[in-house]
Amino acid sequence: LAMLANLEMSICRVRVTVRDALNQAMDEELERDERVFLLGEEVAQYDGAYKVSRGLWKKYGDKRIIDTPISEMGFAGIAVGAAMAGLRPICEFMTFNFSMQAIDQVINSAAKTYYMSAGLQPVPIVFRGPNGASAGVAAQHSQCFAAWYSHCPGLKVLSPWSAEDAKGLLKSAIRDDNPVVVLENELMYGVAFELSDEAQSKDFVIPIGKAKIERPGNHVTLVAHSRMVGFCLDAAAVLAKEGVECEVINLRTIRPLDTDTIEASIMKTNHLISVEGGWPQFGVGAEICARIMEGPAFNYLDAPAIRVTGVDIPMPYAKILEDNSVPQIKDIIFSVKKTLNM
Amino acid sequence: LPSLITPLPHFLHTGATRVLMFQRTSTGSRVVVASRTYADFTPQATFDIKKCDLHKLEEGPPLQAVLTREEGLQYYRTMQVMRRMELKADQLYKQKIIRGFCHLYDGQEACAVGIESGINRTDHLITAYRAHGYTLTRGGTVREIMAELTGRRGGIAKGKGGSMHMYAKHFYGGNGIVGAQVPLGAGVALACKYQGKNELCVCLYGDGAANQGQIFETYNMAALWKLPCIFICENNKYGMGTSVERAAASTDYYKRGDFIPGLRVDGMDILCVREATKFAAEHCRSGKGPILMELQTYRYHGHSMSDPGISYRTREEIQEVRSKSDPISLLKDRMISNNMASVEELKEIDVEVRKEIEDAAQFATTDPEPPLEDLCNHIFSNEPPMEVRGTNPWAKLKSIS
Repeated sequence: LAMLANLEMSICRVRVTVRDALNQAMDEELERDERVFLLGEEVAQYDGAYKVSRGLWKKYGDKRIIDTPISEMGFAGIAVGAAMAGLRPICEFMTFNFSMQAIDQVINSAAKTYYMSAGLQPVPIVFRGPNGASAGVAAQHSQCFAAWYSHCPGLKVLSPWSAEDAKGLLKSAIRDDNPVVVLENELMYGVAFELSDEAQSKDFVIPIGKAKIERPGNHVTLVAHSRMVGFCLDAAAVLAKEGVECEVINLRTIRPLDTDTIEASIMKTNHLISVEGGWPQFGVGAEICARIMEGPAFNYLDAPAIRVTGVDIPMPYAKILEDNSVPQIKDIIFSVKKTLNM
Repeated sequence: LPSLITPLPHFLHTGATRVLMFQRTSTGSRVVVASRTYADFTPQATFDIKKCDLHKLEEGPPLQAVLTREEGLQYYRTMQVMRRMELKADQLYKQKIIRGFCHLYDGQEACAVGIESGINRTDHLITAYRAHGYTLTRGGTVREIMAELTGRRGGIAKGKGGSMHMYAKHFYGGNGIVGAQVPLGAGVALACKYQGKNELCVCLYGDGAANQGQIFETYNMAALWKLPCIFICENNKYGMGTSVERAAASTDYYKRGDFIPGLRVDGMDILCVREATKFAAEHCRSGKGPILMELQTYRYHGHSMSDPGISYRTREEIQEVRSKSDPISLLKDRMISNNMASVEELKEIDVEVRKEIEDAAQFATTDPEPPLEDLCNHIFSNEPPMEVRGTNPWAKLKSIS
């Protein structure tokens, strides 16, 4: 018993918010490689619009933490050019809604260049920022861009949920020699998670392209990314009381999609539900379902694979409307029961 | 001398100090029939060049330029290679051996060659889609440029990029989206400053692109952060089919950087371009921040091969520029009239150039197309091999870095 107690104490668990995890990731990578730098609106002296880059300017100064004017297309292009010439920029979009101003630079200048140059010109850049629905920010500030960016070859697209995800994925993104889009979530910034020993290490990275099974189960597979992972886990807890065991998969990476993990899960549970915050048409769930149809897991399905998504409307403002525009835990529970014919 | 001599002489330049005239005998050996020594040619001369219009600058580039015989021959040769290469591309395009987009640079040679002579090889350069000339000056060979146009595996981008996507060391293309290259160029300049290597970036765009919003965003940031960036507007008077008067409220492109100092340069005179570039480079390297150059130039071809180029301008206008302002002729006339080279010598260079282009075209038309196995390669850098979905679910293609 004493030995176990000692073990318990030596495993130093800390609780870290997603915001702090992202901050740590950038801090560690800035320290590790002097080619890494951060640019974006308010990232330096304001400590970040959402305080994700708090303290970094004080520590690293003007050269490495750069406040830009409100010129997304311009500064995204500048970031890509800097990456082409040997630096490793982190380009922050205050939200991904504003990335639409710069999307040409992300796709045409960053994503496609290694291919067009037949390997002569790599572009080691990270585009990061909050994505998807927030709270009360209405239609122009609430869009999810997972599907848009994941559509394009040449990009990697990550969508962390937990603090561990945030830290490990952002570090991997910064160390990756290719353009990586990291879709964070503003509502998750303040949420604290336990960071394991391993995750506290300065060399902790999460491999890109590998999903994580957050909760094993036998009856139905729930696949989600970002904030919806938490909703799925909550739904799973409720369903467990009724004897339904959900397997919850946290995608972590949207592109490349970890189809193998999803297929292996379906071969066990025989049921699939994909859950996302974004719109249904041509979304992440649509891609997952298409792949399952085309692959070996199809034969293991006992019911059609379905999607739980945001409502197909621009995001309204009023709280009651907004709440009913994104999947709620009850929607996930309802869909599970329908799928299982309960 | 042996009895049978073939009539065509050829020259050997021994380090530009002595010119030997040879003829081939019937047995194939070469015999010297005449020689001119160093003393026969003027080794260098000083030329008056046009004064540049200035914006927010107290002084401009010098009004005189010194040209050595060596430099002159080198500029002549490079411009001639560029000219012949573009004309050959025209030919191959009409034969449908080159397809898609093809934006030719003939007429503008003094810009590319002049700029390169004003910067270091270790500096950086980026341009838009009319890029064949710059690919050459930045180190690409005619062979690999032409083979890229014909889409062969020996192309500079292995056939994956085509006319608008050619790259070389410190040359970032070749960019298809009008204006997008300008922020990229400023980014390269940021990297230059960040890395402290006293390098700069030349960032080119056309009179059409000059109205892009992202260029003004870039001016702002480049000036704010004092990036070592030479913005160069190649004003060839037409953005596709739209003349500058119809596109721009202000056609003083050298002033449109507002707070960025600017100069307007005769882009048909290689010495003008060179001196202006040197001046601009000095400005950047001294830490003063960006500077803007407008090169007034002209393209003989239409916007691209699908544009005959005569619906929005007259044949007379094109002919006038050819006869009065052709950059290669201007240099040639200067050198001949100052006894810096002989007519025969320059003709000999022309012959060599023609042969080089023929060889390159031969390569470009006979080199095989890229192998299908290459289809999915080069998606990511430094990545283990991965699978790429083909056109149907059973087509699993391989991709390596």
